[in-house]
Amino acid sequence: MASINTNIKHYPGFLAVTVFCLFLLYAPLLVVMVYSFNDSLSIVKWEGFSLRWYHDVFNGKETAKYKTAAWNSISIAVMAATAATIIATLAALGMNRSAQWRGKSASFALINLPLMVPEIVTAVATLIFFSAIGFKTGYTSILIAHIVFCIPFAYLPISARLQGIESSYEQAAMDLYATRTQAFTKVLMPLMMPGIISGYLLAFIISLDDFIITNFVKGAGIETLPTAIFGAVKQGIKPNIMAISTLMLLVSVLFVCISYMVGRSGSPTSQNSE
Amino acid sequence: MSTKLNNIVSGNATFHHQRHKLLLPAWLVICLLLVVPVLMMLVYSFLTKEFRGGVIWEFSLAAYDQFFFDRGLFGDEPAKIDWTYMRIYARSALQAFIASVLCLVIGFPTAYFIATRSVRSRPVWVFLITIPYWVNLLIRTVSMKFMIRDSGPLNTWLLQAGIIDQPIHLINTNIAVQLGLFYSYLPFMVLPIYASIERYDFSLSEAASDLYASKWTTLRRVILPAVKPGIIAGCILVFVPSLGAFLAPDLLGGAKNFMIGSLIEEQFKGNAGNWPFGAASSMILLAIVMGVLLLYARNETNAAGSR
Repeated sequence: MASINTNIKHYPGFLAVTVFCLFLLYAPLLVVMVYSFNDSLSIVKWEGFSLRWYHDVFNGKETAKYKTAAWNSISIAVMAATAATIIATLAALGMNRSAQWRGKSASFALINLPLMVPEIVTAVATLIFFSAIGFKTGYTSILIAHIVFCIPFAYLPISARLQGIESSYEQAAMDLYATRTQAFTKVLMPLMMPGIISGYLLAFIISLDDFIITNFVKGAGIETLPTAIFGAVKQGIKPNIMAISTLMLLVSVLFVCISYMVGRSGSPTSQNSE
Repeated sequence: MSTKLNNIVSGNATFHHQRHKLLLPAWLVICLLLVVPVLMMLVYSFLTKEFRGGVIWEFSLAAYDQFFFDRGLFGDEPAKIDWTYMRIYARSALQAFIASVLCLVIGFPTAYFIATRSVRSRPVWVFLITIPYWVNLLIRTVSMKFMIRDSGPLNTWLLQAGIIDQPIHLINTNIAVQLGLFYSYLPFMVLPIYASIERYDFSLSEAASDLYASKWTTLRRVILPAVKPGIIAGCILVFVPSLGAFLAPDLLGGAKNFMIGSLIEEQFKGNAGNWPFGAASSMILLAIVMGVLLLYARNETNAAGSR
């Protein structure tokens, strides 16, 4: 304790809290991952390592159900993320590459509106909307609803990336006789690409993970993975659910890691942002 | 046609005024599929309910009346204030508040610790905190349920370690809901506080220490006031989604710990099937959330103005 002033920033115990915080965040996920390899019919006792529940997921009684649900989830996520990324890229260009205009802050608020409205309210409003215009709930209604709330998640990394690219790059290209289209496709687009990929992956995960809004607008007879899992969990947590959860969890973590690394790679601002 | 497109996407300053047209798809999609639906929800909250779900197009205040007043079984008694639903909102607010406090207690030291690491290692710590956020909320909530159930790993560990001699019953209690909310939204607390502390000038701490302030006095009197905007932002980011949460109260809380999310869900998916009442409950929730956000935004601009 003699060196109490050597590090003014240091507070005793904060490291412990941080470790505890990470423990809280990861322990439940790790426990489920470990128990998905449990060779037991019950979820209570550990009876040795086995891949039987993974085998059950891919070749079991419920395989057909989860396969359909997984296909719905993935195809919706691909399309919703694609649409949201296109809309978000255009919006980011409009926000960051235009002179100050009156609707700018309103536009910013609007793009982020899906983040501010509570999910359950969005779910109710969307259900009422589809019902009022007589749109049949099902696959398409889920897809449409997903596009909306994916937009801000795609927008944030794209816009952050674009803010770091000075417009002098495009101007230089045009000084060298590039047409405006060439300046865009050959210079700005490649520079923006990491942000676009990062945004696409985040939108994909957000769509893949959504439960509340999907549950409201899906209608009868169609399930995505989260709604199928929710239905099953209501009957009690079964080992095959843990195997499916582990698979979904790994997909999410993998995509986030890729998004993170792509987003950071060769960032023009990484040196001077500090 | 192509020159028009060129104008829009180009970096030429003379065409900058064209660029805002690129926002058109975002405006269209969000207005048509979020703003219009919310307005329709407002309309539906003033309609008459149909018993098997849906509405009859007839103006009625019944939904709001049911929310605030009790007129007896047949609706002919004088109106008394009915606390049933307001109590559910108050309980949800309390749960969300406790979850925010829990997140702050764990989140502040974590954010501080991360912000005082080397510049190179900070992003890695932040990334570690955010990964769980991207894991499916449903899976996280189920994991939490698995973890804290009576015969679950948590109780097993505590029993084996000799800390308790009887399993703690957590499932279907308030504590389980608070734990679930805390677990769901903890990263939302850490990130804004981290951003504030990262901007904090540590020479202020040095000055405080030179003037004989103890470390904890410095924390309380110097650091905390300086990073207050981050703390408030974090609390709002945890409080707002907690208030309308559905999964944590539904899976961890059981029927006794009914929260707003379950109340609303039941009007559309459950047996109650009262769309106007569900729409009215959603409107009230939305009004509370927007109120909190507006208050926050006004505070922010005031603070920015006085600086």
